[in-house]
Amino acid sequence: MPPLVELEDIYKIYYMGDNEVHALDGISLKIEKGEFVALIGKSGSGKSTCMNIMGCLDVATKGTYRLNGKDISNYTDDELAEVRNKMLGFIFQQYNLLPKLTLLENVALPLLYAGMSDSEQKERALNALERVELRDKAKNFPSQLSGGQQQRVSIARALAGNPSVILADEPTGALDSKTGRDVMMFLKKLHEEGNTIVLITHDNSIAAQAERVVRITDGKIVYDGPAEGDEMVSKQDKAGGV
Amino acid sequence: MGFTKCFKMAVATIWASKVRSLLTMLGIIIGISAVIILVSLMGGLTQQITDMFNDLGTNMIQVAINDRSLTKRVEPDAMYQLVSENPDLLLDVSPSINVMGTIKSGTESKSGTATGVSEGYAMMRNLTVQEGRFIQYSDIVSKSNICVIGTYQEQNFFGKGEAVGQKLKINGTPFIVVGVLEEKEDSAVGSGDDIIYIPYTSAMRLNGSNIVNSYTLTAANEERVDEATAIIKQLLGRKIGDDDYYTVISMKELIEQMSVIMGSMETVLVCIAGISLLVGGIGIMNIMLVSVTERTREIGIRKSLGAKQKNIMMQFVIEAGTVSCIGGVIGIILGAIVAVLAGKALLDATITPSVTSIIVAFSVSVAIGICFGYLPAKKAARLNPIDALRYD
Repeated sequence: MPPLVELEDIYKIYYMGDNEVHALDGISLKIEKGEFVALIGKSGSGKSTCMNIMGCLDVATKGTYRLNGKDISNYTDDELAEVRNKMLGFIFQQYNLLPKLTLLENVALPLLYAGMSDSEQKERALNALERVELRDKAKNFPSQLSGGQQQRVSIARALAGNPSVILADEPTGALDSKTGRDVMMFLKKLHEEGNTIVLITHDNSIAAQAERVVRITDGKIVYDGPAEGDEMVSKQDKAGGV
Repeated sequence: MGFTKCFKMAVATIWASKVRSLLTMLGIIIGISAVIILVSLMGGLTQQITDMFNDLGTNMIQVAINDRSLTKRVEPDAMYQLVSENPDLLLDVSPSINVMGTIKSGTESKSGTATGVSEGYAMMRNLTVQEGRFIQYSDIVSKSNICVIGTYQEQNFFGKGEAVGQKLKINGTPFIVVGVLEEKEDSAVGSGDDIIYIPYTSAMRLNGSNIVNSYTLTAANEERVDEATAIIKQLLGRKIGDDDYYTVISMKELIEQMSVIMGSMETVLVCIAGISLLVGGIGIMNIMLVSVTERTREIGIRKSLGAKQKNIMMQFVIEAGTVSCIGGVIGIILGAIVAVLAGKALLDATITPSVTSIIVAFSVSVAIGICFGYLPAKKAARLNPIDALRYD
């Protein structure tokens, strides 16, 4: 069986005047179904670019990207939209909820674009909200919720479409340490339920909670292995604070 | 994603920023109401003028012979013969000879015109005598000095109900008033009530000439006016020859010419109003472009969740369409109200905006929204998801 996510020699090059900036400089990475991977690196290291390409939000300058064995490097904008809709779930640092929609409508949004019937959207969205324990607030608006609650809504939205991969970009970045821990607990629970999770962070203690750590520096992978093997990550107390 | 869903979303967005939406609609509101007002008022005006002509009789035909040498002429007998030979086309004829000069009664005097006509003229013009009688055949034969006057003359010279039997001097010749016509308009100077009819034979004598240079005819009915005009022209052609010396104009032709003129005036006015619609459309495009920029992040989020280009397109096009459609409805209502009020105030007529103009105005406003919303929607749909997500 092919790996779920397979990046092969991916480059992302920006041209600034005469200078070439290699945000990603030949990255190859395989992620199997059910893995919990942390992409770690300093800001500007290229980890976000990597996640954007994995999330089909951006396209690589060159290289091959296979998702579930299918080469999607040359997909059109609309085809990528479909891939995002059917296979990927995003959790953003800034939650990215639409302020004028209720929680229910927010969570149902990917289902709406998938073309589901109203009743099915509602049922699925309510189930997803149930999983993050916010079902009773379904009719509320995001602004009426705390940051931690909003992040849980965005997790519910990511789960609603039942994606193959959940991509979490600094999910605890905007939260205080306690709610951040709660969110991490929740991601771990999702992983235990068999979901594939890719977590992007600059925080070693967060990365330490993943099974596998991929460290990116200057657009290159400098470490790829169990969390314990990375010297910076292994220094962290796994049960420690955020 | 269905149309209804998009529409609901659009209404919610419009409602969320009421003031801005209203300002956006303003151009469309003004444009549409201007079109409705102009079309309705022009319609009312045309109707009013047509009614006025219709009152004069749509089957009327005027013949004028303009020959200063007075050698080219058509005798009344020839005209009467034409009428009696073509009873299916022509109903009647009356010479009409104007006598210009002073009208005097007692010490009161003014300049005016008396018209010499035949006994059938009252019937031809639907004139009703309210007091006394109209000119009779015997008056024509005996060239009697009698006259029938309108209510303006009655009130001006004699006072209500006191005219019959009195004397009126036309260019010094005394005429006895034998009848007063029913009031047609408002008894004012120059109106249909400022009128004096005398036997045409008397008019000829007053003018000192036995030439009749103008006739009024009535066609059997409105449909046969063209044929009737043709045979009159034939007769005049035979008698006079050169058609530079006579004109034959039917009332029907006049109405048609007037309709053409009113029609082109209406077109010009609607085009001018259309410019404000265009400006309104550009206003919508402008606001939609701003809206797309403001909502870049929203578009990014939607795209990251799987919205395709057509979904985003549809969202923005329907939003623009809805804005201009609401503007159109407000414009139609406003326009209709103003048109009715203005009709009352300016034309003193009840004006009803036509259903066609309302339907056209509505479709135009929807079309404007969709056309001018297209460009901003396209821009929104083509946004790169990652750039849109990063936008602050």
